[in-house]
Amino acid sequence: MESINKPIPDKISKLGYLLTGIGLLIIVVSFLVDKQRGAFDYLWIYMFLTSVGIGGLALTALEYLVGATWSVPFRRVCEFLAGIIPLLVILVMPLIFSMHDLFHWTHPEAVANDPILKAKAPYLNMNFFMIRVVFCILVWFLFYYFFTKNSKKQDTSKDPALTRKNIKLSVAFAPLFFISLSIAAIDWMMSLEPHWFSTIYGVYYFAGTIVCTLAIVTFISIHLKENGYLSPRLGNDQFYSLGTLLFGFNIFWGYIAFSQYILIWYADIPEETYWYMMRWHNGWQYVSMGLLFIHFVIPFLVLLPRSVKVNLKTLKIMSIWMVFAHMLDLYWLIMPTYSKSPVLGWQELGIFFFAPGLIMIVFGMKASKENLTPVGDPKLEAGLNFTL
Amino acid sequence: MLKKILKLDEELAQDVPRSHKVHSVAALFDTPDEITHAARETSNAGYDKFDVYTPYPLHGMDAAMRMKDTNIGKFAFLAGLTGITVAVSMIGWMSGIDYQNIIGGKPYFNLTASIPIMFELTILLTGLFCVFGMLLLWNKLPQISNPLHDTNFMKYASSTRFGVAIEAEDAQFDVEKVKAFLAGVGGKDIEVVYYPEENIQKTSPIFEKKFIYLLIVVAVVTALGGYGAIGKLVNILPFDWMHNQFRVNPQTRSDIFKDGRSMQRPVDGTVARGFMPYEYTGMPDSLVKLLSNPVPMNEFSIERGKKQYNTYCSPCHGYFGAGDSRMNNQFPNPPTLHSKKVRDWADGNIYNVMTNGQNVMPSYAKQISRDDRWAIVNYIRVLQRAENAKDTDLP
Ligand code: HEC
Repeated sequence: MESINKPIPDKISKLGYLLTGIGLLIIVVSFLVDKQRGAFDYLWIYMFLTSVGIGGLALTALEYLVGATWSVPFRRVCEFLAGIIPLLVILVMPLIFSMHDLFHWTHPEAVANDPILKAKAPYLNMNFFMIRVVFCILVWFLFYYFFTKNSKKQDTSKDPALTRKNIKLSVAFAPLFFISLSIAAIDWMMSLEPHWFSTIYGVYYFAGTIVCTLAIVTFISIHLKENGYLSPRLGNDQFYSLGTLLFGFNIFWGYIAFSQYILIWYADIPEETYWYMMRWHNGWQYVSMGLLFIHFVIPFLVLLPRSVKVNLKTLKIMSIWMVFAHMLDLYWLIMPTYSKSPVLGWQELGIFFFAPGLIMIVFGMKASKENLTPVGDPKLEAGLNFTL
Repeated sequence: MLKKILKLDEELAQDVPRSHKVHSVAALFDTPDEITHAARETSNAGYDKFDVYTPYPLHGMDAAMRMKDTNIGKFAFLAGLTGITVAVSMIGWMSGIDYQNIIGGKPYFNLTASIPIMFELTILLTGLFCVFGMLLLWNKLPQISNPLHDTNFMKYASSTRFGVAIEAEDAQFDVEKVKAFLAGVGGKDIEVVYYPEENIQKTSPIFEKKFIYLLIVVAVVTALGGYGAIGKLVNILPFDWMHNQFRVNPQTRSDIFKDGRSMQRPVDGTVARGFMPYEYTGMPDSLVKLLSNPVPMNEFSIERGKKQYNTYCSPCHGYFGAGDSRMNNQFPNPPTLHSKKVRDWADGNIYNVMTNGQNVMPSYAKQISRDDRWAIVNYIRVLQRAENAKDTDLP
């Protein structure tokens, strides 16, 4: 199997360190200036990186689960992105130390005077919360460890039994993934408004996560391909498939977002509508409308024609667009609890440095140790030959 | 089994009378690789009116045939736009203009509630347009079958082998040359396909009188059958337990009365049970003769009055009649019921306000029964007494 042995240049990692450094500076200063604002902005960054990490793991598992061939040449990109998961252990620390600034329900006196919070206390309490945080990260980490270990080993051993092992792993991972992802979404974001509830919240975060990760995978793969790091046999048809998947999951996001909205809108019960009311006043309405157009309407119309999805240039632009859309989505989910009207200062710029920087560092580190293509995978040949 | 079917097919194929007009030259291949190769060679040779027939979709065939992008996408997009427009105008007309109904306090027409319908009609019309568009535009409808049907070639191309057919419409078409070319790229069982007689007749069989009569008969039978099924059959009750009783239902026939109707005016001078009429309905106060209270003042009637008062009157007058309810300033504020005026009123006067209404306060005769209205009067008396207690009331 031909493997391109062109090493990823150092400048990617260097740029990564630079961006992460700037991002870190912004985060630290922001924490010092205004601890609460810093904590909310940092939660935003953390949820975004969680999206990318577990999204990469989910796409890896999905390929094994459904036996896809066309995506094999891209699988390493997903695996590298999942490399963020071990870092989550450190990344989560600042949040653990600012729970009081983020979560109203962590204040015992607030809970004591609030019958709703009292009733929810068996779930929303510090100890159980910590157990769930550990559980989620542990699940992701274990599966990340075994998936990538088997996949890496196959590069040299070329043993098809490793693929079968990973298929079994992916079967176990699928339900655990959905449970852990829903828990993470509910704990870190839905419980910001502890009175409010939506049963579709986990699915909503899942949809955004997959759209964002697919977009990053598309972007990186196109970039690698353009610069000759992937097999020249890789044609537009594989990228077109990435594009359709991106398009499809974005429609799924729109569908879920609307499903959540219409039920609450129709029932019109104050205990549910207030969450949307917070996002429909004092300037937040522009963010909400913006989200609708940036995350759904515009990408839908742009990505609809086939010609856009077979054209690598347009696909690359749309993939950056979708990553930004997911950032906006998370901002819209998290920040209304912090501020009555949308805030955008230097503090909010942290994510644009820290997140891409960290992704570059992780990618550069993994790429220096592993092949960019899973050369031992028995399905690789079929994946490279794939035509529509 | 397969052999039997193929045999039957072959017999059928010979049944179709063929003309002498050439439709195409067709050849069969045994493997996907061979057919992909042949398709590539055919398009390389400059033929553009040809098609490939395979029992299942083959990846890579589009590129081998050098297929250009079709217009199906644009066609489907326009169909979808039509669907979404139809949905918006339909809902806009029905609930926004023609049949306005307040539902859950929402505006008559609103986009959110229409989105599911817009979504569904977009998909429905896209689907229907594409199916009928395919029949009319791509399958050229009055022509009811493709000349390749019922040929030996199609029999195999749709089951175990792969075929390519170069059509006579192609600019470079020449029967002998095409035959040689197909043989050159490895084609087997090369066959010249002629148009069936019925395809080159001027009128398509679907315009034949017999067929049109058949359509009419089918339409009439389905219409009558549908009417019978929906209008009559569905109404046959399998069990009529207690459904048909010896009583007259509103708006039905009845043979008991001379005019044949079930609904009759009450006989003059009679009163229906439970419907004691109020003689002064709608009359100005000056003409109203005050009635005296038929409901005795006792624990039971006061309890009853309290319940009804709290339900119907308290939203405006407040629980204690002071006029300080939560509706304050959202509706003209009612006066207190503890004024000297109302205290001095006769029971019949309060009853009259409740029954006829007073200025902006509407009548409650429809919601509250006659006895309950008198019970409310008793309860109001209790409230007034409590507010203006005298020393003698103390034990
Ligand atoms: C929708 C609000 C509303 C409700 C419900 C309502 N009222 Fe009234 N009521 C008024 C208003 C306003 C007035 C003053 C009308 C006027 O301008 O003379 C009034 C006047 C009266 C008066 C005359 C007071 C006076 O000083 O002229 C009486 C007695 C009275 N209401 C009794 C009742 C009773 C008994 C009920 C329950 C069956 C009732 N009302 C329910 C709004 C209401």
